[in-house]
Order: sequence, then structure tokens, then C-alpha cells
Amino acid sequence: MTGALGLAYWAETSIKLGVALIVIPTAALMLGYLFLLKMMAFMQSRLGPQDVGPYGTLQLIADAVKFLQKEDIHPAVADRRVFRAAPVVVLASSFLLFVVLPTGPDAVVENLDTGIFYAMAVSSLSVLGVLMAGWASANKYALLGGLRAAGQLIAYELPLILAVMGVVIQADSLNLQEIVRAQAEGEIFGFGLIGNPFILTQFIGFLIFMISAQAELTQTPFDMPVAETELVGGFHVEYTGFRFLLFFMAEVATAFAFSALATVMFLGGWWIPGFDFNAPVLNVLGPVVMLVKILVVAFIIFWIRFTYPRLREDQLQKFAWKVLIPLSLANIVVTGIFKVVL
Amino acid sequence: MSPPPTASALREQQAYVAAQAADARVNVELDTGDMTLNIGPQHPATHGTLRIACQLDGEQVISAEPLMGYMHRGYEKLCEVRTYPQCTTLINRIDWLGSFANEVPFILAAEQLMGVEAPPRAQWIRTILFELSRIANVSLFLGDMGVQVGALTPVFFAFRDRERVLNQIEEVTGGRFHPNFDRIGGLKDDIPRGWIAETHAVMAKMRGFCDEMEDLLMGNEIFQTRCRSVGVIPGDVALSYGLSGANLRASGVDWDLRRDANPGLAWDQVDWRVWTHPDGDSFARYWVRLQETREATKIVDQLLDGIPSGPIMAKVPRIIKVPAGEAYVSTENPLGEMGYYVVSKGGLGPFRVKIRTPSFSNISVVPWVMRGTYVPDIITILGSLYFILGDIDR
Repeated sequence: MTGALGLAYWAETSIKLGVALIVIPTAALMLGYLFLLKMMAFMQSRLGPQDVGPYGTLQLIADAVKFLQKEDIHPAVADRRVFRAAPVVVLASSFLLFVVLPTGPDAVVENLDTGIFYAMAVSSLSVLGVLMAGWASANKYALLGGLRAAGQLIAYELPLILAVMGVVIQADSLNLQEIVRAQAEGEIFGFGLIGNPFILTQFIGFLIFMISAQAELTQTPFDMPVAETELVGGFHVEYTGFRFLLFFMAEVATAFAFSALATVMFLGGWWIPGFDFNAPVLNVLGPVVMLVKILVVAFIIFWIRFTYPRLREDQLQKFAWKVLIPLSLANIVVTGIFKVVL
Repeated sequence: MSPPPTASALREQQAYVAAQAADARVNVELDTGDMTLNIGPQHPATHGTLRIACQLDGEQVISAEPLMGYMHRGYEKLCEVRTYPQCTTLINRIDWLGSFANEVPFILAAEQLMGVEAPPRAQWIRTILFELSRIANVSLFLGDMGVQVGALTPVFFAFRDRERVLNQIEEVTGGRFHPNFDRIGGLKDDIPRGWIAETHAVMAKMRGFCDEMEDLLMGNEIFQTRCRSVGVIPGDVALSYGLSGANLRASGVDWDLRRDANPGLAWDQVDWRVWTHPDGDSFARYWVRLQETREATKIVDQLLDGIPSGPIMAKVPRIIKVPAGEAYVSTENPLGEMGYYVVSKGGLGPFRVKIRTPSFSNISVVPWVMRGTYVPDIITILGSLYFILGDIDR
């Protein structure tokens, strides 16, 4: 059995595994350094890390080493098995997200026909881990954080999926690769040079997707499950050392994955205008283009995070049910009408 | 110009209470046990070691009780075994963000007992330093309130700009935080050369900071939804709990000791106004403090231009002995009314000092105002009441 690259199945699988194992920590490091450390510092009139490596680039690696050296503490009354499993579940969910993200005509770990469906499904798994962490910590702050995360999931998974529906209708496919193709080969009123990035036709969908992603990632206007000044860290308040590092990595890696999803669905993905869709050179250039677009989207996510105050849980629910869900339903209706008429 | 205050808060509060009652009826049917949540003594929102024991139903607060004393340092007792000049070192550390303002009422009480009055130049410089410490103190609150509602950035701006004011205080007194500069009968030193022009420039910067906070935080919709009609304290409740300072003025009570009971400083020499807000919610408290900071910069600007010439110290004996008697002097400190009741038996040091600190009274309203709010509101209400732990426990 041979895959797209003409290699044996085991060889291709091990290459994919290796790439995935390198890509995810690198992505987390890159976003963490660029945005969480440096950009946040510049926005707050600070300098950020300076000493570890050139411009402090190795700061996060030093932090990781520090976390590894710390004692692994379990609260005495914690449910030990669930407590240990929780960060792994959260991280696994963000690892699984990377499986379907296409970065070139062949550069994709697994080109699933139900790509979007799969991505939405596994991204919700992380909340399971958060609930496990909140419950197993046997800490009231953690429990409140876990409960808030559960409430947030129910409220925000819906608009997230409904926002994606518009793209799926327009592209006629759940396959992420096909969505990129639909954008590459689409045209705007007969003008097809840059294809048809869905951000133009699905702008409302893009907005709803970004807002819901912000809630899904528990970034600031919706970071009640973490809420440093109220719940002092919420669900991960009892975690130390390596387990905390896993939570941190999962948070940043999921932000990266969601930026990648937004890029694929709304910004044209890896395709470069002027190239043939299946040109092999795009397997090399595609990832670079993707990375640039991902960084732009991630910049917006973190920009909002450092700028806005936090909503209250009931205000968030009100916003989700009264604004986002009706708006995304209307978006689907309008998209459907256009699809049928045009 | 700042947005005019709205008076709809009371109606919103009533709707809020009605909604709570409806929730309560549902809760009777789905009865769940209450949870005790212990906020503090180690908690980022308590600015130190305040502890609040809450009874929660889900996220709703049934009762909240502030428990204090984790940082009690016994200042009233310590003052009894010190001479008058030594006391100011301690008193500095009560409200550590606005230290100079702490010294002034104590020194004024001692002066009143001795029958000494500071020369006009000393009074003017005292008032300037007093207002500078108010600006240093409250500007930190203006940023810190952002952290309480989850915005991390404003507090760094506040730290950056507060440093400019602290530099000015340091240039005169030699101390950033604890100047220990006020003396019975005047001040330790005169202001240095060039200081007036520099301070004018800093005041312009601080007005810019106030504008920035107004744009960045107060104009933010999420900030407004989090703070408006949350933690409403009506004027009569505020008075009955002994609230003072901006917390009282934010409840619509027009009361300011700087204007009403000026105990011998230069506030009556300049043109300024007292800001009040009718709503009494967390937003009103933020709004009033922001206006007051801006007003304080204007007071400082006017005072700087009119410092009279003359000596900086009145004639006082080298060894200070205060004649027997008792005096109570209170001033409008950054946090509210701070008063010292000094009893003297004629010795080198006071016989008894009772310190009336504003934060202690301000925090007493917590059980009343917290009932029926949600856990995130605890933090914003605490933040907007603005207390300093040293000022509660002293």
C-alpha cells in the first residue's frame, strides 16, 4: 500500500508522526514566545524576556526545563487517576486537531472526507479534560472553573459549528482539502485571480467563528474558566510542574490549530494565487504561506486577549444565545438562498 | 469630556433583585447544598491578606463576611511608646500607597495640641505633596480595576505613569514610598530648584494618563457591563456604614473633608470642585476616582503657581513636648476620611492614639453589598471599593 508520496505505509506514517511531534511543540513555542511573551510585553510597555538566548527566544525552553524539575504534587483528596489523565486528554485533543490540517496538495497527515466534522468533534474533547481536572482536583476554585468551562462549551460549540456550516454549504464539502480547492478555483464576479477566499463571502461566519474560537480557547473576553483574578487559574489551580506545562502547551497549541482552521476555511489555506492547485512545489511553499496566515490570525486572537476585560458567565451565555446563534442561523439561511439561486 | 452619569441604576437593581427572587424560587424546587468558598487570605484580588468567607449557591453569593487581622501590626500601641517625631515613621506605613497623606492629620493633631501653626509656605507644599500622594495612590487603582475585571494591560500603564509622580515626591522628600517628611511646625526641607516646572510637566502627563484610562477601560463595553449596576450602594446605606471618600461620593453624597472641614491646608486657596455620581455602583466609584485624579492634578497645578515665600518651619522647641490635652483631626485621604485621635499627658510621646482608617469602614459594607451577587462580582466590588490592607489592619 502506498500513500501520496509513493512511500510504504509504515514509512509515510512514521514521517507524519515525526512531523506532528515536531510541529506541535514548535507551534506552541513560537506562539508562546512571539505573542504571550514579546507582544504582550510590548503592548504593556515592558520589554519581555531579554536574557535567555538572542532577544530571549529560548525563554520558554528554559521555562520548560524549570517545570520538569518541579515536584509533581497531588492534592491529598484528589482523584489521582483522573487528576493525572486530565492534562493528557486536553493535550491529546489539540494533537488530534493537527491530523486533518492541510498545508499543501499532499502535505496533510490524513485527508479525511469529513475533515471539518472531525476537527469540531476532537476540539470539544479538550473540555472533557478541563472538566476532569476541575472535578478531580477536589478544590472549589477548580470545580467552579470546570463548571464554567462546561457551560461555555454548550454555549459556544453551537455558533462555532453553525459558522462552519456556511463554509461547508459554499464549498459543497466537509473535506478541508476540498474547501481550499473551492476557494482556489472560485471567482468573485468573474474575477478569479486570487480565487475566492471565503472571508469575503462568509464574513459574518468568520466573525462568529473567531468569537466562538476565542471562547473555545478560553482567551480573555471569555476566560472565565481560568479567571486569574477570581478563580486564581480555575481548573488548573492544583497542577504543578510537568502537568501544568501540558495544560499550557495545549492552550497555545490549540490556539495555533484554531488559527490554522480559520486560515483553511476563510483565508484560502495554503494555496498561492497564480499556482496550479496540484503543483508539487506548493508542498514546500504551502506550509510557509499557511504559517504566515496563521500568525496573522493568532495575532488577532492574542491582541483581543490583551486588550479586553472579561465578561461574566451569565453575560457570556446571554451573548451566545441571543446574538451569536441567531446570527449564525441567519447566515446559514442567506448562504443557502444564494447557493440555490446562483 | 467624560460621559454624564445615568440615574437608571436603581431601576436596574430592582429588576436584578426580582430576577434573583425568581431564581430563588426555582432553587427551592431544585434544592442543592450551599458551598463555602474561602477567598483569601492568599488571593490575588484581596491586595494582601484580607479573607472573605462566602456562602455560595452555585455561583451566587448568599452571604459574604470579611475577616481581617492577618496583617495587624499594632500601630496604635506602638505609637504609645514612641516620641511624636518617631510616630510618623510608623504612620507612613498604614496606607502605603499614599504615605505622605497619612502623616499630615497626625502632625496637624499634634500641632493643634501644641498651639503651633505651620508657616504658609509649609502649608502649601504640604498640600501639594498631599495631592501628589493622592494621584500616586488613585492612579494605581485606575489601572488595577482593569485587572479585577480581567484586562491585564491597563495596570502596567498605571505603574509606568505612577512612577513619574513618585519621582517628584522622591525629589523633594528623598523617599519614594515612605517620605517621613512632615514635621511638627512645618516640613523638613524646602522644594529643590526646578521642581515646580518638572511637576507641571508630570501633571500634564497624568492628565494624559486619565484620558487614556477613560478611553481604554472606562469606555470599554465589557467593562461597563461588568461594572454598571453591580454592587449598588445607595447614599443612605453608605452613610450608615460609615463609608467615606470616593466610595461615598459615588453614592451621590456630596461630602469632602477638603472642602467641608479644611484643617489648615491650602485647599481653600484654589479653585476646584467635588465630583459625585448618583448611581453608587462599581462604575460610579471608578468614574468618581478618575475625575478626582484629574481634579487633583489641577489643584497641584494651581498650588504650584502660588507657593508663598517665607520660612518652611515655625518656631518649635528642639525637644518636642506636647501639653496635656486631646485632639481629633481628620483629612480627606486618597481612600477616604483618615483621622487621628491623639491624647497627650504632657510627655514626649502620645498617651493614646486612635487611628480612624477609611478602608476599615469602607470594607464593612461588604456583607450588605455582596448578597445576591455572583462570584466574579465579588472581585469587581472589592476592587471598586478600593482598600489597602495596611489601612484595614494597621
